[in-house]
Amino acid sequence: MQELFNIFIRSIFIDNMVFAYFLGMCSFLAVSKTVNTSVGLGIAVVFVLGITVPVDYLLNEYVLKAGALAWLDESLADMDLSFLSFIMFIAIIASMVQLVEMVVEKFSPALYSSLGIFLPLIAVNCAILGGSLFMQEREYQTVAQATVFGIGSGIGWFLAIVGIAAIREKMRYSNIPAPLRGLGITFILTGLMGIAFMSFLGIKL
Amino acid sequence: MSTAKHEREPLFSSKNRKLLTSPLNLNNPITVQVLGVCSALAVTAKLKPAFVMAISVVVVTALSNYIISLLRNGIPPRIRIIVQLVIIALLVIVVDQLLKAYVYDVSKQLSVFVGLIITNCIVMGRLEAFAMSNKPWPSLLDGIGNGLGYGMILMIIGFFRELFGSGSLWGFPVIPQSFYEMGYKNNGFMILPPMALILVGIIIWVQRSRNKELLEEN
Repeated sequence: MQELFNIFIRSIFIDNMVFAYFLGMCSFLAVSKTVNTSVGLGIAVVFVLGITVPVDYLLNEYVLKAGALAWLDESLADMDLSFLSFIMFIAIIASMVQLVEMVVEKFSPALYSSLGIFLPLIAVNCAILGGSLFMQEREYQTVAQATVFGIGSGIGWFLAIVGIAAIREKMRYSNIPAPLRGLGITFILTGLMGIAFMSFLGIKL
Repeated sequence: MSTAKHEREPLFSSKNRKLLTSPLNLNNPITVQVLGVCSALAVTAKLKPAFVMAISVVVVTALSNYIISLLRNGIPPRIRIIVQLVIIALLVIVVDQLLKAYVYDVSKQLSVFVGLIITNCIVMGRLEAFAMSNKPWPSLLDGIGNGLGYGMILMIIGFFRELFGSGSLWGFPVIPQSFYEMGYKNNGFMILPPMALILVGIIIWVQRSRNKELLEEN
């Protein structure tokens, strides 16, 4: 339990997807103009990461890893399919996103119409594939750990995009040098927010 | 394209040359189109990984643009994203295996970011915006041009971060020992992630104050 909590806090604050690894920057910069839309996209990312990371974990554990096929047959024990992980992960992500889209459309049309445009875009958000690749690299022990890591990274991304959107809404009233307006100042703001988030590095878990 | 008339366009006509050069400045993928910032910044703390990453992206963008452009009339529009992802993923796997075989230490430093070329918005963005509606040769040039534009920004950031952050370039120390004896210190802050973002902000600032047509409202 203690360990799950540590992974959760770590993935939200210390290893924040945006500020520590710059993942999902494209949609982060493009969609963060207003708070409302960025909340929608943020929730969708939490949702999809929470589903794809555990699924990719199972795939990695039972199919791709070196020796993972041993449960199938003794003779397959020295197979190593890990070079296939990119293509398998992206296929899982693309199909999961499609599935999530259909499920949400069926059971919660209100949520669907608010997420609508963003859901398909998420398939090509680097934060999602990044989540799965980090999960593979850090070698989590159980499905529960992978799930907590996925949801935690999603929440970290959510916090980052809502924060920057709130700041950008206020920025409209300030007098920025013309060449910095729009994109330039957003980059610098993200950098400053990253510096603030670095203060969490001191937390010992 | 001038293909309506049945005359052959020279391989490097002025239009084709423009495809190569415009992404370097006025249509730069990072600072103007805002594509592919995702996996770019984390690899620029040192010049060498930045260079390897730049080369990998040039190769993947160029080849995937070329292949998609060859296939463009055979891909059903509804499933084009999946087809594109599969082709990009195949190319990235090849690049990843090559890096692991020949430059293992750099491949370790790049860690997950090689895999993230798959979802790098430059590759997808150029496929959607250019390769799906243009012939193979211009698409190849467009891919190389955009890869180079991306690589150029990576190298600039890598140069400044390594020079001021570690006092070296490409792993060789360039700041003379006498500077350190006079009290010069490496700026450890340059190595940290947030500084990469601020450097991109500054590059955008410089570029836009030189090219007035790129200015944005608000």
